[in-house]
Amino acid sequence: MSTTPTTAAKAALIRCHACEKLCRMRTLPARYQACCPRCGARVQQRKSNSLSRTWALVMTAAILYIPANTFPIMTVEFFGQPRHDTILSGVKALFESGQYPIAILVFFASIAVPMLKLLGLAYLLVSVQLRWKAQPRQRTVLYRVIEVVGRWSMIDMFMVSILVALVKLGAVATIEPGLGATAFAAVVVVTMFAASSFDPRLIWDDMEDETCQKT
Amino acid sequence: MGEEDVHPMMITDATPDAALVACHDCDLLHRKQRLQSGQKATCSRCGAVLYRQKQNSLDRTLTITLAALILYILANIYPFMSFKLEGRVQDNTMLTGVFELAARGSWVLAGVIGFTSILAPLFHILGLLYVLLPLKRQRQPWHLASVFRVVDFLHPWAMLEVYLLGVLIAILKLSELATIELGVAFYAFIGLMLLTTMAAASLDADLIWESLEGAP
Repeated sequence: MSTTPTTAAKAALIRCHACEKLCRMRTLPARYQACCPRCGARVQQRKSNSLSRTWALVMTAAILYIPANTFPIMTVEFFGQPRHDTILSGVKALFESGQYPIAILVFFASIAVPMLKLLGLAYLLVSVQLRWKAQPRQRTVLYRVIEVVGRWSMIDMFMVSILVALVKLGAVATIEPGLGATAFAAVVVVTMFAASSFDPRLIWDDMEDETCQKT
Repeated sequence: MGEEDVHPMMITDATPDAALVACHDCDLLHRKQRLQSGQKATCSRCGAVLYRQKQNSLDRTLTITLAALILYILANIYPFMSFKLEGRVQDNTMLTGVFELAARGSWVLAGVIGFTSILAPLFHILGLLYVLLPLKRQRQPWHLASVFRVVDFLHPWAMLEVYLLGVLIAILKLSELATIELGVAFYAFIGLMLLTTMAAASLDADLIWESLEGAP
């Protein structure tokens, strides 16, 4: 009996992604699909095509990120005077009006978080592809942060939807949603899918022998 | 948090499968250990939470989810807030925001907002009730595995707490130009948000999945 701790993959086990049951690996005849004996979900050792899928989604989000920040997210018309608000100008206006806690919150949700997600995911992808061995634990924590924090970027989009519905007073004041809002909502959705298609176990796959023994 | 983390023992090749759990973030195998209430087991290598001990998960989640359904209905039928300017009053409900966006041609935005603030929370609540009610009466709901998988998928897309912050910022922006009055739905919504968070915290997914094994 060996005393070395091991991973599921090394012990010929697969963790079902849906119900978390550990399934024993067996060789299947060609064209058979392995299914979880408990919940029936397809089981795979790692998320399929994780790297290329995540790259594709990250690239898509990066492209959408440009119109999301350059086009207005809404146009405010107050007594016939139109004003175009972008993500950045919205944050700036909050800072100028002295609402610092809220301004910082919106800055994080709308500017810092999308950047962190795009750069963070790209960094994780590169680190896995180049088989970096440094700081696997920190990279896993980064992944967890990216996964959890992503949905908070929707704050500004919800704000636009509420303003558009509330402020429709004909000639006095109206608010129109802008193209930037659509692009920004798409960035949030696409990066959420990108985060879920990345498989953090890839960070650990190459270095198991050393780190297992250390702890 | 005053919780005490437990690192379950790492395993060797001789341990039987049922007593094992694999870390979802780094794949390291651990031997399951009994936890006391309030404890959670974390991965010894990457620190991910492996499992938690939750008491009365089924009853508690069921009660909270039923209450959430009632508040959901209130939050969606009553006016959320009203906006007063120059003697004119404008009401809105949660749904009008989505319809307004769609009416002005922002279909994608309307779809994303409608899904994350209205549909996903609703289907999440209904799916949980569909799974939990029969289990409470010792029966297995039809297609339990597929329904619970959808519930699991919907969870990150139900963005009630994010919506609430969006509302607060909208109020802040408008408060300079006009008077805002909060409606019944606003308070129901705060309750709904708290209840869905509590339901997620008290739900023990393992318990649901294990019920698949006990069935004939």
